[in-house]
Amino acid sequence: MPDALLFGTEVFLNGLMAGVLYALVALGFVLIYKASGIFNYAQGVMALFAAMTLHGIMVGQVPFAHLINATFGTHIHHFGWEIPALLAIVLTVIVMILLAWLVQRYVFRHLVGQEPIILFMATIGLAYFLEGVADLMWGSDIKTLDVGIPQGGSFWIEENTQWMGMGNENFYGFFLDKLDLVATVIAAILVVALVLFSQYTKQGRAMRAVADDHQAALSVGIRLNSIWVLVWSVAGFVALVAGIMWGSKSGVQFSLSLIALKALPVLMLGGFTSIPGAIVGGLIIGVGEKLFEFAVGPLVGGATENWFAYVLALIFLVFRPQGLFGEKIIERV
Amino acid sequence: MFYREAGDFKTSYVADNQTFPIKFDRYRYYAVLAVAFGIIPFIINDYWANALLLPFLIYAIAAIGLNILVGYCGQVSLGTGGFMAVGAYACYKLMTAFPDVSMFIHVLIAGAITAVVGVLFGLPSLRIKGFYLAVATLAAQFFLVWLFNRVPWFYNYSASGQINSPERDVFGIIITGPNAPAWATYLFCLIFLTFSAVVARNLTRGVTGRSWMAIRDMDIAAEIIGVNPLKAKMTAFAVSSFFIGISGALFFALYLGAVEVGEVFGIQKSFTVLFMVIIGGLGSIFGSFAGAAFLVLLPVVLKVVGADMLGWPTDIVAHLQLVIVGALIIIFLIMEPHGLAQLWRVAKEKLRLWPFPH
Repeated sequence: MPDALLFGTEVFLNGLMAGVLYALVALGFVLIYKASGIFNYAQGVMALFAAMTLHGIMVGQVPFAHLINATFGTHIHHFGWEIPALLAIVLTVIVMILLAWLVQRYVFRHLVGQEPIILFMATIGLAYFLEGVADLMWGSDIKTLDVGIPQGGSFWIEENTQWMGMGNENFYGFFLDKLDLVATVIAAILVVALVLFSQYTKQGRAMRAVADDHQAALSVGIRLNSIWVLVWSVAGFVALVAGIMWGSKSGVQFSLSLIALKALPVLMLGGFTSIPGAIVGGLIIGVGEKLFEFAVGPLVGGATENWFAYVLALIFLVFRPQGLFGEKIIERV
Repeated sequence: MFYREAGDFKTSYVADNQTFPIKFDRYRYYAVLAVAFGIIPFIINDYWANALLLPFLIYAIAAIGLNILVGYCGQVSLGTGGFMAVGAYACYKLMTAFPDVSMFIHVLIAGAITAVVGVLFGLPSLRIKGFYLAVATLAAQFFLVWLFNRVPWFYNYSASGQINSPERDVFGIIITGPNAPAWATYLFCLIFLTFSAVVARNLTRGVTGRSWMAIRDMDIAAEIIGVNPLKAKMTAFAVSSFFIGISGALFFALYLGAVEVGEVFGIQKSFTVLFMVIIGGLGSIFGSFAGAAFLVLLPVVLKVVGADMLGWPTDIVAHLQLVIVGALIIIFLIMEPHGLAQLWRVAKEKLRLWPFPH
């Protein structure tokens, strides 16, 4: 096989893996949007917050240590214990549930019935707030997160795909990161679990009912507030998973919250209301931007990944305004 | 207030549509203009100009521009940073290509170029609505910043990839570069702000503005009663981008002097201006001023209180600033979704009836 085709295939596969990670973030957006009509810009910062909290709990960091030291002149920084990853994850999930409750109780309960754009702005405010709190709590330095997910290239895949080079000596088999493979498996499990949850459990049915029509759901006795807390908790959990994946891949730092911006074109492609749409959209964007960078990037100066996803989504939307799997937008006067 | 109106005696349409129907307000407006043009230039110094006044004036222009698009026409845009960058780079290319032409003309042409770019990126708004449009404008933001970063022609092949504003004068007075006196840059920005505010106010109360608001309130209904959505949306994008381009040009040429596009005109800038518009009040020219003043003052106040008075490290102050801005936005949206402008209106109503509220 010729070089370009082989490398193209490798780029394609890596694009698929990146797409899975985008889809993980997009999933959180879709969940909240479906259940409450809120377009949650803070999803990316929630991932950052979750990853930082997880890291802080694991190494036994004292929250707000820097602030406490500055105010009282003390010198505390660590509790001096280390917590195993699994327990830390459970604790972080509890923190995220608490956060969901707080957000629901103190922000969105007061904003019921406001226009969607006001709700969107509120989530931007929430994103700023959370980012500041996360930095104050755990410090803004770059952290390495290690929860025991294998990393590095998978030799097994490299060895077993070498034959595809057909004697091409520049080809050593496909390079795929183990972390990306794990992420793919976890994303698949997560999606299946979410679909099962929303189809076959009582809470899931209530969630779908709320998404359909708030008032009708209220009138048949579904408690809106608790459903919203549930939805935000699930979104917080998805954010945690995304945070772990991205954090293990490239360190826990501010740029983590920017992946939320990357998830937006994914959502636009897939449609805001569709869980499978988020996955397919993520894969299209992941593969598209990697292939575009591979094929066209060198001609125009590189770093096309910064904008390709948005432009692709923009062009796509002009032809299909509700996205691939979104519900048809029907407007009435 | 210090006055009581004694009835509603308007007899003509023109009188009904006045910007300042009460004489007292009108005189106060003239007084503010007189102070801004006649007194501040004489007492201004570098610190006040650079820390407060210039950013306030320039952000106010950008906020007016974005307010036209978001507040009056209802098209949410997250591409403000990108459009400001267009203004800045257009101004830079013009300044270096035609050094003898007046800066006034450069800035206006930079605005016009931005308007064209804005219309181009605004075209999808005819098919895409709401959140989808907000995300689509992100395409403008990221693409434009990338373009200015990667195509050397835009920064005249300079080694650093930065653009630096060369020294230019207006009527013999230097207004750009490090040697420009504070009062000159201040006056130059003030003239553009006054111009923008007057134009924006008069556009928004006329036919154009009414068609924007009709589109904002319900686009399909507006179309049925004969508002041309193509014309309304495109004019909104054009006018909005024109002002944003002007503010970008001023931000680069007069305020910063040197610009690295990804840092200065990144996505954060889009959000900053959007916050100004929200906190100030959507659909209000006064709100744009109030929001810009608020968000320019806040970091300065926080820095003075936190770092200088309480002695906290600067990184804590920076993080606290995020927390406070975020919390303020949420509080504002909960208490008063129409922003500072609405607070001002309510306060005025209350004061007019005070002390006999019934």
